Amino acid sequence: MSYKEIANTLRNAPDENGHFGIFGGQYVAETLMPLIIEVCNAWRASKNDPSFWSELEYYRKHYIGRPSPLYLAGRLTEHFNGAKLYFKRDELNHTGAHKINNVMGQALIARRMGKTKIIAETGAGQHGVATATACALFNLECEVFMGAEDVKRQKPNVDRMRLLGAKIHPVTSGSSTLKDAMNEALRYWVSKAETHFYIIGTVAGPHPYPEMVRDFQCVIGEETKEQIMAAEGRLPDTLVACIGGGSNAIGLFHPFLDDDVKIIGVEAAGHGVETGLHAASLTGGRPGILHGNRTYLLQNEDGQITEAHSISAGLDYPGIGPEHSWLFENGRVDYVCATDQEALEAFALCSRLEGIIPALEPAHALAYIATIIKTLPKNHIIVMNMCGRGDKDLEAVLPLLEKMGKL
Amino acid sequence: MTKYTSDRLNVLFAKLRSKSASALGIFITAGDPDFDTSLKIMEGLPEEGADMIEFGMPFSDPMADGPAIQASSKRALEAGGSLKKTLDMVKLFREKNNFTPIILMGYYNPIYNFGIQKFLTEVIKAGADGLIVVDLPPEEDEELCIPAKECNLPFVRLTAPTTSNQRLTTVLQNATGFIYYVSITGITGTKDVPVELVTHAVENLKEHSNLPIAVGFGIKTRKHVEQVTRIADAAIVGSEVVNAIANSLDADGKAKPETIQTTLSLVRDLAAGVRGK
Repeated sequence: MSYKEIANTLRNAPDENGHFGIFGGQYVAETLMPLIIEVCNAWRASKNDPSFWSELEYYRKHYIGRPSPLYLAGRLTEHFNGAKLYFKRDELNHTGAHKINNVMGQALIARRMGKTKIIAETGAGQHGVATATACALFNLECEVFMGAEDVKRQKPNVDRMRLLGAKIHPVTSGSSTLKDAMNEALRYWVSKAETHFYIIGTVAGPHPYPEMVRDFQCVIGEETKEQIMAAEGRLPDTLVACIGGGSNAIGLFHPFLDDDVKIIGVEAAGHGVETGLHAASLTGGRPGILHGNRTYLLQNEDGQITEAHSISAGLDYPGIGPEHSWLFENGRVDYVCATDQEALEAFALCSRLEGIIPALEPAHALAYIATIIKTLPKNHIIVMNMCGRGDKDLEAVLPLLEKMGKL
Repeated sequence: MTKYTSDRLNVLFAKLRSKSASALGIFITAGDPDFDTSLKIMEGLPEEGADMIEFGMPFSDPMADGPAIQASSKRALEAGGSLKKTLDMVKLFREKNNFTPIILMGYYNPIYNFGIQKFLTEVIKAGADGLIVVDLPPEEDEELCIPAKECNLPFVRLTAPTTSNQRLTTVLQNATGFIYYVSITGITGTKDVPVELVTHAVENLKEHSNLPIAVGFGIKTRKHVEQVTRIADAAIVGSEVVNAIANSLDADGKAKPETIQTTLSLVRDLAAGVRGK
């Protein structure tokens, strides 16, 4: 069955209970449900309030720096000598990634709810930095949960968050990484229901988070649509984005779901999916329930969640947003993967040819593009979401590039 | 379809109510710190005064649990614990004890992964008497609560201090077995039970439901048990018990000869606080 036979539109999901087909939902403890319902109501009210969106628009334009450019990556296009490659430059946003698009929206909702304190989880630290930034701007107290391992690995972002006034809670439970940070943030939230709002950083978690975060990230795809029409007079042939939880990808994809455009999501294959050391939930996982929603998860035969592995801390998560699981099963989006090694090569190539140091996350998207672009015709247009800048990754990447002889 | 017919929870609460007595529920995680030790602790619980057993199905990501139960879940998994082994333990326990109710507590993913109908059949065959699945609120009743109801297997609901009366109607709609009142806003084993608030909450619950009411989260001492069982039909102690297990282990996290006895003597002490005992 092709996706065109499934529904007239793929843009109406989720239903009112947060289900994308069998995925999504609200799988949380009853102790959390009153909070989730409160967020649902606040989101619904804001979503239907034009003054909310015009307030957000003000910050998008004057604070984040939107719209971000759509840039023809001329030297890479020349280098590959195949299809034409555009970058959606979301790495140029204030704080250096797409994460701020979502944080700004949720922070405004928290303010409308009268919440004065914010909780966030973070892996690589990009969402934590974006949250700490919005909290500084709006005079909200900020507490960020971060796996103790990640606190060590991502020191520059930890320092940025502290400078911005956030309090860091290093998480030592479980495997001390992103999934545990999210567990701990949810546990903490239950005990601080009255005062705290939880800003989730990706299109996962219980309803309404997957929908709400997506709607805040859709600005990426909406701008792209206008910009490509202005530049080329038509829609692109192919969209490509990297996927951890999948917020940058859904932001680019969603406005194009009903259009005749090929859409590709790139997961992190780590050392290779066959080695078991990867973060490719769709390619190497199966459906299950974690962090409030049903989605594809990395898990063992007993249904215990297993560790994800990726060179990119931002993709290092054993799950994926439920809408991606739905788009995977109904066939609308193709999900592929790229290894650590391939991402490193793309990281170096993009830096040298375009003068753009990509984050390791979008380097995965570029790595996959490198495998298909040469055989595509010259009039084929690809848009890739350059969702973050790579400064944060230098410490991890430089020794590896040196070994590869790329420096 | 295999149906549940044992009715151990109803028998227990009917008996206690006729004596104006309350119950002590003890939580342990299946397979903590290892299969054999855990089974021996479980088998010893009724004699020390545990009226029902909350049997934790270990999970890698116990979202509603505090550090003590997280650690106990981790120990169980590291020692090879699984859903299948949890059910094996229930079966072995039932060979020697046919009256103490066993409520399986856990998270949904291992159950979903196991298969709903297969799970319900195996649970009933093994001899468990009810389910508490933390991350299945009424919004997701179609998943397991309704199928369990169709098998007559009790599905216990959690309510919390943050549950409004309006919400309570939704929560209690498909509740069976008993109501589990979470006494604190937070995770297991962190704060102490606030007795006065619990008194009001239990009175309120009684106005909404005829089901027995158990109170848990934050009950740590014999005194707490005394206070809570004066108000509610049951007090449930978890974190203190798994802490006793944790504290009795050797440096490598393995059970010592005294692990079983230390844990059981804590339970004996707690049981001394139960109303009507």
